[in-house]
Amino acid sequence: MYVATKGGERAIDAAHAWLAEERRGDPSVPELSVAQIAQQLTLAVNRVMAEGSLYDPDLAALAIKQARGDLIEAVFLIRAYRTTLPRFGASLPVETEAMQITRRISATFKDVPGGQVLGPTFDYTHRLLDFALAAEGAPPPAARVPADAAPAPHVLGLLDRDGLMEPLTAGPETPPDLTREPLELPAARATRLQALARADEGFVLGLAYSTQRGYGRTHAFVGELRIGLCAVEMEIPELGFVLEIGEVELTECETVNQFTGSKTEPPQFTRGYGLVFGQSERKAISMSLVDRALRWEELGEDATGAPAQDAEFVLSHCDNIQATGFLEHIKLPHYVDFQSELELIRRLRRDTEGEPQ
Amino acid sequence: MSEGYSFAYLDAATKRMIRRALLKALAVPGYQVPFASREMPMPYGWGTGGVQVTAACLIPEDVLKVIDQGADDTTNAVSIRRFFERTAGVATTTRTTEASVIQTRHRIPEAALTERQILVYQVPIPEPLRFLEPREAETRRMHALADYGLMHVKLYEDIARHGAIATSYAYPVLVEGRYVMDPSPIPKFDNPKLSGCPAIQLFGAGREARIHALPPYTRVVSLDFEDHPFVPSKADAACDLCGAEASYLDEVITDDAGGRMFCCSDTDFCAGRCAAGHAGRLSEGRA
Repeated sequence: MYVATKGGERAIDAAHAWLAEERRGDPSVPELSVAQIAQQLTLAVNRVMAEGSLYDPDLAALAIKQARGDLIEAVFLIRAYRTTLPRFGASLPVETEAMQITRRISATFKDVPGGQVLGPTFDYTHRLLDFALAAEGAPPPAARVPADAAPAPHVLGLLDRDGLMEPLTAGPETPPDLTREPLELPAARATRLQALARADEGFVLGLAYSTQRGYGRTHAFVGELRIGLCAVEMEIPELGFVLEIGEVELTECETVNQFTGSKTEPPQFTRGYGLVFGQSERKAISMSLVDRALRWEELGEDATGAPAQDAEFVLSHCDNIQATGFLEHIKLPHYVDFQSELELIRRLRRDTEGEPQ
Repeated sequence: MSEGYSFAYLDAATKRMIRRALLKALAVPGYQVPFASREMPMPYGWGTGGVQVTAACLIPEDVLKVIDQGADDTTNAVSIRRFFERTAGVATTTRTTEASVIQTRHRIPEAALTERQILVYQVPIPEPLRFLEPREAETRRMHALADYGLMHVKLYEDIARHGAIATSYAYPVLVEGRYVMDPSPIPKFDNPKLSGCPAIQLFGAGREARIHALPPYTRVVSLDFEDHPFVPSKADAACDLCGAEASYLDEVITDDAGGRMFCCSDTDFCAGRCAAGHAGRLSEGRA
């Protein structure tokens, strides 16, 4: 007798065991260690930390190993772990101005106080497969110079002094937390930025690209892109002073965008902002473009109906864990609903065509 | 029970937040209450809303039943039942009458529920107006004003085009004459069971972060027109295993030559009837 649903428990156990074997691969090949992933696949680790909203390179590396390299699955593992963690408090805002810079570029000025630092970037590599990497061996050492002790103030701050930038407006004292409060629309900029910081890199990249091609065009210049370590500080009420509890690597992007001015405002440049865990510059730049596109209303621009201008569309669809869960749930059995559709379509056909049945 | 996690997985503060949403939902039947849905260790769309509601309702003395498509042994039902066995250590059952909490996807059990029971639905899209108006800001306004003209136009257009209302599951209902509600994708066959039900009915949508509810004995009416009344429907057959004529049936394709059989979607109901001696066309000893 065929009944499709029997044996669910046994099938699940067997599937999990098979998955574990496939994860390991050929046992004659040495197993990957979590430390190897954390050290050698750092950009994957960074992406998992950014979209998982949890800064912990070792856990992210473990998640990547467990997920067989499927980064969205790894993000999912981190999110599910993160949700169980207690909240001890909130840090002070990180001072990206005081970042220990590993990379810092401005596309708007040839040189800036603090200098341009190219850092470890793919930008000017020729994308030729390096077959030497297939063999093992240490790379030649990179040239070293002492770090520049000069401060590196934000480039947009320099424009700001001349009144050419739109002034920054203070947001709420404590920004809302999407992971603790339901998303309410319309959403304030702080909420939008949090959503974008956690959003799927591919989705945000696609939206940002669409603004460059004219769907909600904002004509962005990368005023500054900086990557480096930032101290995380917390005020401990019992102690009565501020304590550094660790440091995080961050990528920050500030764009300078055109603005023609309005009846009340003289022309000045406007801002887009991106801030992402780790070295994740594609994501940070994309985020700043989408942030700027979403600000059309407060800047008195026209809605053009572009997807990147539509906050409800962007915020409802940018989270890859929500998206992949709902997308993949159509693999679950739907035979009850399908059965009712079958009956309906048969009846409608009978009514209209006298279908032989 | 798993070490390092709270009873039923969620921490106490999260449960309190969900319980507050549940109380609000029960106080305003059919209204969608936003809640701070958590990320669960199973994917969105796979019952995270139902799981959070169940977790917030469970007490150690509860007996839990989990069904998907009416069946206890479908893979996702097995997975969710195991989750609560592991994280809450509660007793589980497949018998509808023995359960105090029943989490379901896409069905209401055939057996009548009682005042001692809670039925928790997994909900994919809680908004009945979503496919008519994609914007949340707009649909919330429509609910606030009880502005349901769009829904009636949709049902009317169905009749104009097909001669009948072409919705067979997730069939919209009006709750206590106020809110139009999506009963989750249950077949419309199940809609009459929503109304006047002695059990508490809770609906959890995790990805959409909404909870709605029907307190016991709430009046729930499936939307229709006087000249096109609502008709709950099922396959025009009897169960081939237990002979039941009034239960909702799954159609199973048995060969590649058009052969098919029907069996109860509610596996507990079917097994109970078989044990009581009822037989269908393909029962042992008959076929």
